[in-house]
Amino acid sequence: MSFEPKIIAFCCHYCAFAAADLAGSMRLSYPSNVKIVKIPCTGRVDVIHLLKAFEKGADGVYVAGCLEGNCHYIEGNIWAKKRVKSVKKLLDDIGIGGERLEMYNMSAAMGQRFAEVANEMTERIRQLGPSPLKRNLSDESNDGCEETCSTETPERSTVEV
Amino acid sequence: MIIAEQKPLKEIREMIAPYKKVLVVGCGTCVTVCLSGGEKEVGVLASTLRLADAVDGNEREFVEQTITRQCEDEFIEQLRGNVEKVDAVLSLGCGVGVQDIAAIFPEIPVLPGLNTTSFGRPSEQGVWVEECAGCGDCILDETGGICPIARCAKNLLNGPCGGSHGGKCEISDDTPCAWALVYERLGRLGKLKTLEEIKPAKNWSTAGHGGPRKMVREDLRK
Repeated sequence: MSFEPKIIAFCCHYCAFAAADLAGSMRLSYPSNVKIVKIPCTGRVDVIHLLKAFEKGADGVYVAGCLEGNCHYIEGNIWAKKRVKSVKKLLDDIGIGGERLEMYNMSAAMGQRFAEVANEMTERIRQLGPSPLKRNLSDESNDGCEETCSTETPERSTVEV
Repeated sequence: MIIAEQKPLKEIREMIAPYKKVLVVGCGTCVTVCLSGGEKEVGVLASTLRLADAVDGNEREFVEQTITRQCEDEFIEQLRGNVEKVDAVLSLGCGVGVQDIAAIFPEIPVLPGLNTTSFGRPSEQGVWVEECAGCGDCILDETGGICPIARCAKNLLNGPCGGSHGGKCEISDDTPCAWALVYERLGRLGKLKTLEEIKPAKNWSTAGHGGPRKMVREDLRK
């Protein structure tokens, strides 16, 4: 059976989430592996949110915010970029691999780019294979993560924080 | 505040290796302000350790609790319920916190998750600098409010030395020369004349060289 990764995308309200909306309006398809968590600004994403996503069973995580210089909250995306960078190093240190986490920037008008990023990240994680956590986790221990990583409710499953 | 920084993850993992259930304890005072051992850092460290254990296939449980201060017995008592359920405590407090928890719960290993470095302040966001050495005999009145004991690499009382250049210390261009700062500050205060007085050798017995220090207030004792 081929591996289908669970990917969490933290998308900011003003740009990346709007881009996802536009991708939908444009009838662009992107992999249902990507589950969107809508946030007011990528500056809201903290280290603990990224770690928890992996802890709860995500194979890959990305943060998508406004283009640099165009953040609705001035510099939230710059803070997110720094946090993503530090967590990538942490993931390398503990053997999960920093390449499973990424930061992207896009404007609200970049529906096409949103779909590209979703495809790019899904393909990257497919190549990397399942999260190293899953080698040692039983099926039962994954039960608690439906909210963030269920594969049963694809495109329309958004969670707001 | 007391400044402390998290120990390398590898060192923490080696310390907790023998234990199956670990209580990670944060402190809500100094180390919360220097972003090393508050509730948030407890959450991030516990999550990181859980992930690392899951990758390596280790079965270990982490419990998280943050108390107001790890240096006062009354607050440490609040840990009792959790301490009784675990094999070890990983303290994200300063060295005082680790020792006080160990004193209250002598039957359980208490491990330091931080390295305590200094007394200081945040000079800008994300940067903390040492400004007091706790020498026990403050001379800030004589030096324009700049401490040469903590901020001069040689702890000079009659500086600057020959290593001062352009207002910087010879140890690093990032380090201001404390005595250049003293000179500038005393100039502003119109007290440059005080620099002509030679200060005698300092009595270091108050700085811990006479053994551990203790403050006693008989008026407050029971």
